[in-house]
Amino acid sequence: MNKRQVFATALALAAAPLAGKTIRVFPSSNSQEALQTALIDAQPGDVVTLAAGRYMLTDGLSLDVNRVTVRGAGPDKTILDFKTQKATGEGLLVTSNDVVLRGFAVEDARGDAIKSKGANRIVYYDLRVEWTAGPKETNGAYGVYPVASTDVLIDKVTVRGASDAGIYVGQSKNIVVRNSLAEFNVAGIEIENSYSADVHDNVSTRNAGGVLVFDLPDLPQKGGNSVRVFNNRIVDNSTPNFAPKGNIVASVPTGTGVMVMASRNVHVFGNSIGDNATTNVMVVAYKRPFTDAQYNPLPRDVVIHDNTHGRSGWAPAFVGGAILAKAMGGAIAPIFWDGAGGAPATNIRITDKVGVVTMGLIEPLTPVTQARPAPIDLSKSAGVPEPPAVVLPASMEAAVK
Amino acid sequence: MWKAAPALLLLGAAPGAQPVALDLIKSDALPAKLSDFHFFNGAAPNAGVAPYALNTPLFSDYAVKDRYLYLPPGTQAKFSSDGLPDFPVGAALIKTFRYGATKVETRVLLHRGSAWVALPYVWQGNDAVLKRAGTRVAVTTLGKTLDYAVPNVNQCKECHALDGVLTPIGPKARNLAPGMLGNNATGVRLPTWGDTAAPVEARARAYLDVNCGHCHNPKGAASNSGLSLTWETSATTAIGIGKTPVAAGRGSGGFLYDIDPGRPERSIMIYRMATTEPGVAMPELGRAMVHKEGVNLVSDWIADMNHESKQ
Repeated sequence: MNKRQVFATALALAAAPLAGKTIRVFPSSNSQEALQTALIDAQPGDVVTLAAGRYMLTDGLSLDVNRVTVRGAGPDKTILDFKTQKATGEGLLVTSNDVVLRGFAVEDARGDAIKSKGANRIVYYDLRVEWTAGPKETNGAYGVYPVASTDVLIDKVTVRGASDAGIYVGQSKNIVVRNSLAEFNVAGIEIENSYSADVHDNVSTRNAGGVLVFDLPDLPQKGGNSVRVFNNRIVDNSTPNFAPKGNIVASVPTGTGVMVMASRNVHVFGNSIGDNATTNVMVVAYKRPFTDAQYNPLPRDVVIHDNTHGRSGWAPAFVGGAILAKAMGGAIAPIFWDGAGGAPATNIRITDKVGVVTMGLIEPLTPVTQARPAPIDLSKSAGVPEPPAVVLPASMEAAVK
Repeated sequence: MWKAAPALLLLGAAPGAQPVALDLIKSDALPAKLSDFHFFNGAAPNAGVAPYALNTPLFSDYAVKDRYLYLPPGTQAKFSSDGLPDFPVGAALIKTFRYGATKVETRVLLHRGSAWVALPYVWQGNDAVLKRAGTRVAVTTLGKTLDYAVPNVNQCKECHALDGVLTPIGPKARNLAPGMLGNNATGVRLPTWGDTAAPVEARARAYLDVNCGHCHNPKGAASNSGLSLTWETSATTAIGIGKTPVAAGRGSGGFLYDIDPGRPERSIMIYRMATTEPGVAMPELGRAMVHKEGVNLVSDWIADMNHESKQ
């Protein structure tokens, strides 16, 4: 870079913050039109500020302008209230790049609360999403729902009451979920059909399942891989599963800490996991019939090490669970594998200093009646090296400074 | 980027005398009133504005829709496939939604060269005014008062975007009568959905193409669902047969498959078409009533499927 380039860059950087204007929105009897108009009128570089108060909304909101920040006065002060929502599938929908959402709450959305699709470099920061009547099957599916995006940051977000996953990232690449709290959802945090994700320093508690890493067939992006789940507290996931049947999370047994299904290169380490009645860590194959020829239903290259385990497995909420717990002395081992595919093909390496139980199922669709449960030592598996830390563009980290 | 509408300069000219304001269509102006475009002289379309109709239209809460295409002088829409024609810059698609003689809204889609732009106008008296943030209008139809939703400009894009680029949906060659709008393309024709002389499967697939396929396609707003409901879709799982839901949440209604062959009453598709509950209802936008006849058609198609054929 020569001097002129350096100068030009410095000028551009200096100019950037000045480029945008601030559009101020206040709660009123006309919140819907005022807020939606601001989101339409915003130009790239603008900040839409939402003054403290409760915004009663009648329809979903949407943002389709690049480089816009939507900023409230704080997740307990600026509240987007969708109790009176009459239509549309989500509370707030973002379909543009480089958007920052921060400092507000979304309550009682009729469908998903905040969805972003094809929205690269999106930042969800200091937000609260909540269904205020507690866990109910009629609550919306996802709390925060980035999908089909590259570079996703979810930081300091609280989600309560989602009837699917509180924090859900689907079919995306380069993802960080950190410093967040998920409670009273069916799934606390779920990474699905995604590549390169770091899930760390979160608390996932009182959901049916704490943290899920899934890969599903018949979707545009599949072959989910390279996920690290570390330094999280995943405890007391005891809310009875309230997902509507048919959804994949309805199959998550209540009381599951971490669940890895059909994904590759997943590393679970340094977490504190306990008080989960089914199991602390579950590694399983996808167990439904499928036609997708490119899909592999087995979990592969899963590495589990250096986690701290609390009590678990005293009431496994799956078929035959109670009998199994009794046979194993009152509780099943803290780490559970269905056995499908066998040890060499799945290359699951577990070095946590706790017991591991395999169900000994031959294939993903082997009926549970043919299970041959037994303790197993997977510490000698080869394993795979950990993927490098996910690095997000500097602009995203700067947005949460 | 508001600009003074050049039409203002023409104030004082005799009403009805002006041609369609092609300069407004091609500029980046956001005219406040529909009449600024001069698409109509009173009730009659202006020169260059041609009415058209579709074999199978999108259901819009039982509203009647009057559709027009404006083409600048000396231009034409070039049909070459069974899909959309190539429209010239300056073309405009104009669609008025009404109940009886009561007009509710007119949506215009303007080909501005770099992109198409969608603008919703809401009728107030003898003119319609721009409502970019959408609005709700109380209308009475079939003995019910309906909280009719006019979409905001982002919602226009949700249905009209392919890979994020706004595009027309309706006037595909396959959904136009031959000769209409100069359509000389040969090939597939969608049946009229209510034409009981046509096979149920073709009518149901035409209905799904028009009512669902603009989002449920590999480039559309619902691409991540893996459910593709366009006329072109041939894969049975992609069309929903034996397909389990992905992100449906309570939209699944407790059912296992989008289409459970032979069992419409257990198919998520029917469950979501037959409700008006926000967060469950499909399509997500533009429908506050159940289209009973459409539900019946798709149900008949699913009922005809062999239950044993399911994977």
